[in-house]
Amino acid sequence: MKPIEAVNDFVVKFANVNGSGSASANELFARSILRMGVPVSPRNIFPSNIQGLPTWYEVRVTERGYLGRRGGVDLMVAMNPQTWERDVKEIEPGGYLFYDSTRALPKSKFRDDIQVIGMPLTEICNSTYTDPRQRQLFKNIVYVGALSALLEIDPKAIETLFSEQYRGKEKLLDSNVKALHLGRDYAASQLQCPLAIKVRRADKVGNRIFLEGNSAAALGAVYGGATVCAWYPITPSSSLAEAFQRYCQRLRVDPLTKRNRFAVVQAEDELASIGIVVGAGWNGARAFTATSGPGISLMTEFIGLAYFAEIPVTIVNVQRGGPSTGMPTRTQQSDVLACAYASHGDTKHVLLFPEDPKECFDFTAKALDLAERLQTPVFVMTDLDIGMNTRLCEPLAWDDTQAYDRGKLMTYERLEAGAEFGRYLDVDGDGIAYRTLPGTHPTRGGYFTRGTTKDRFARYSEAGPDYMENMQRLLRKFETAKTLVPRPLLLPAPKPARFGAIFYGSTSPAMVEALDALADRGILVNALRIRAFPFADEIVDFCNSHPWVFVIEQNRDAQLKTLLVNEAGVNQNRLISVLHYDGTPITARYIVDEIARHAGAHTVVPFKKVVS
Amino acid sequence: MTYIAKPRLHHPTLAVNKVGYTRRDYEGKISTLCAGCGHDSISAAIIQACWELDVEPHRVAKLSGIGCSSKTPDYFLGNSHGFNSVHGRMPSVLTGANLANRDLIYLGISGDGDSASIGIGQFAHGMRRAVNMVYIVENNGVYGLTKGQFSATADQGSQSKRGIVNNDSAVDLVALALQLGATFVARSFSGDKSQLVPLIKAAIVHPGAAFIDVISPCVAFNNHTGSTKSYEYVRDHNEPVNRIDFDYWPKREEITVDYAEGEVVSVTQHDGSVLRLHKLAADYDAHDRIGAMNFLQQRHALGEVVTGLLYVDPQPEDLHAHLKTAETPFNTLGAKDLCPGSAALEKINASLR
Ligand SMILES: Cc1ncc(C[n+]2csc(CCOP(=O)(O)OP(=O)(O)O)c2C)c(N)n1
Ligand code: SF4
Ligand SMILES: [Mg+2]
Repeated sequence: MKPIEAVNDFVVKFANVNGSGSASANELFARSILRMGVPVSPRNIFPSNIQGLPTWYEVRVTERGYLGRRGGVDLMVAMNPQTWERDVKEIEPGGYLFYDSTRALPKSKFRDDIQVIGMPLTEICNSTYTDPRQRQLFKNIVYVGALSALLEIDPKAIETLFSEQYRGKEKLLDSNVKALHLGRDYAASQLQCPLAIKVRRADKVGNRIFLEGNSAAALGAVYGGATVCAWYPITPSSSLAEAFQRYCQRLRVDPLTKRNRFAVVQAEDELASIGIVVGAGWNGARAFTATSGPGISLMTEFIGLAYFAEIPVTIVNVQRGGPSTGMPTRTQQSDVLACAYASHGDTKHVLLFPEDPKECFDFTAKALDLAERLQTPVFVMTDLDIGMNTRLCEPLAWDDTQAYDRGKLMTYERLEAGAEFGRYLDVDGDGIAYRTLPGTHPTRGGYFTRGTTKDRFARYSEAGPDYMENMQRLLRKFETAKTLVPRPLLLPAPKPARFGAIFYGSTSPAMVEALDALADRGILVNALRIRAFPFADEIVDFCNSHPWVFVIEQNRDAQLKTLLVNEAGVNQNRLISVLHYDGTPITARYIVDEIARHAGAHTVVPFKKVVS
Repeated sequence: MTYIAKPRLHHPTLAVNKVGYTRRDYEGKISTLCAGCGHDSISAAIIQACWELDVEPHRVAKLSGIGCSSKTPDYFLGNSHGFNSVHGRMPSVLTGANLANRDLIYLGISGDGDSASIGIGQFAHGMRRAVNMVYIVENNGVYGLTKGQFSATADQGSQSKRGIVNNDSAVDLVALALQLGATFVARSFSGDKSQLVPLIKAAIVHPGAAFIDVISPCVAFNNHTGSTKSYEYVRDHNEPVNRIDFDYWPKREEITVDYAEGEVVSVTQHDGSVLRLHKLAADYDAHDRIGAMNFLQQRHALGEVVTGLLYVDPQPEDLHAHLKTAETPFNTLGAKDLCPGSAALEKINASLR
């Protein structure tokens, strides 16, 4: 079998034991390639455990900048005996297996269509280090060193990363550099270097940044002016609230008084988290919570209250595999309907769908504005794939001249001047009424907020016409929302196309790659990335102007398609679902195969021959 | 924000308090509760307390859950903002509201079903978190609004109007509040205005989590003989640990007190206000949390309902102190106070390459 040959275009997968300290070494590996100007896209595949269970880290090296998961593995770094069988099986024919050869393994444990590279890592570490903890930790750095020689990664790039990480900690810096070279030197002298897959310096990273969606969303909350964050720990959203706290400690402490311009409450459950956010929003502070599926389920009663009583609320839902506890450490887009219609009675909510960390930042800040403008819950629908993986994206940007949109707030001055105030009175037809904050004026503008029905002046009323008028106004407000949410983005095919495709959220990088591959195969597709619900009119136009529209989603039940049919009146006979929901991020290969199959393009060349 | 107390015209016969309001200015909508419901007496006590304390009505935010009791914020302080939230979850909403603007007075009104049944979790964590609030449970031992089912404070062995027996043991919210760290814990009776009004005033100025369990008979479903939440039972079995006078600083003209030295103990609170406890039970010490817990249990075993201020911490800390939050209310901060700006973002970008 001919070994796979590739420069700047391959997948390395690390199979480790959770809690062995491999995570930082693996990230070091990924970052060193970035520093050589070559884009990478890493993904954590981890169990819902802290220690002892298998965990994987997959790094796609991609000069062309395809940041979706590719599928298949070219080089497996097999450090976990427990998962050996399946790890070896996953390697592409002609691929490479790197393993710890300290203990000899029978021939039957290997495959003959792959290249096997053994290195006695344990032995090397045992003879170099005496402390068992060091033996374990440095083993990870030693294999990074060996890989750097095998793949021609510039050791300077790694050393620079070390010096940044261990600034002022010379001892740690030295010992890490030593371990790195221990691995490099062994590989250079004992192994055949380099392999036929390798890294070559390029300039394809530009000024892009490398961060997790959860950190980006947290920064979006800081920049967007959130002062109250209430949350309850749940994977994969916990790191978002934790990042918010961390960033606030750096960026939101009053320099003079040393007091905090933020409050983070780790509540007793998600009911309390959302309750705190509702209370803060009612009282005029920008507040948000971060959660995932089970938390959303618990929050729904409050979400209905916020919808009906019209209180600004921002919820970041880092989606994971459902239903129930489902797949807590796997990714899905399966809360679309649960969030769009959260709570009993007739409700509809604004959803934003970020594609990457950059949009997590933008949309979280935007959600805080929208929530106040629309006086309603706004969901940022991210997911585990975006939230918990470090992703290359455009640098974060902020316009310093932009003020927060506090929405329709009735002031003391206006009340004093005799302005008419009806809490649920639509004065200008956009469905949004003015609100006052508690304490605004001694005698005017006070009102009673409730989840029961009321008239325009917030007086309790069960009268049918009052109820209907209010419900109709809420619909008008939702129409207004349409004009305020991020617009869909069109990715036109190079030539006029018969097919349309709709996608959203974390499907984006795989979709972009799939569109290129489809075009190579002569299948032309116009693609539209939906970035928000309610759906803009151009989404309907897009559907109407294509006889067939693929809707690509990461859930079983075609939830966005349901929403399109239900809410935008799209003819469902035009819509063809492409659904991926095994918990792994969707791949371009999968999308291409599905679309090609449906497109009836049985004459086109198989995909694998097109993409190496 | 500044709040200007406006000059007001008044009916000449109505007494005006220091901030220019008559007692009527503290009233709300006309109650829709049953005639004789204990909850209405509590509303009247709240009105009286706020008026006497010279609280500006709009500086109070009233929050509640769901129930007959939770409806009452509509019936007092009609110019204040109120929030009738969801069943059992008032404490979290109040916590959030308090974080948004620490300058208002937060009055949480709940029922025994709302706080001891569905909302016992939020009750507990609200107390633990030391939210600066007055938390009043209007305790009738039943779900009034849903027509007389037992709540978690119902007496074990008691029988409902429909003949159903309650086998579950009762939750005592006062005991819980003491255990969970509330810094002001009291019990009173809706029919005892002279005890309840000063307690509410003291709770309002207490800068921490203040809890008052007010036994409040439900005339429709729980005012029969044998119920420990009936008017009759409480009158017969009330064991007041103290009566309090309450002076708010700056002091008004001296209120002459008729008690002999030794029977009155003054408690100066954090903000300078003075609580005067008229010790009726000779050995009762309102600064002793453990003593309060013991006393409560001992009297409970004798079938007595202990009322009065059971415990007060004169130097409490609240949630804002724990979180070291800024003095300026969050809801007045804008982008210039909160947004770190593009230069800081550039630095962050640079660290992520
Ligand atoms: C989630 C939910 N479940 C049930 C109810 C129905 N419900 C309304 S009030 C109430 C009980 C209120 O009892 P309590 O708090 O003691 O108030 P009271 O009416 O006795 O003053 C119940 C069960 C509800 N509103 N919400
Ligand atoms: S049912 Fe009971 S609690 Fe409700 S209003 Fe009537 S007396 Fe009061
Ligand atoms: Mg009750």
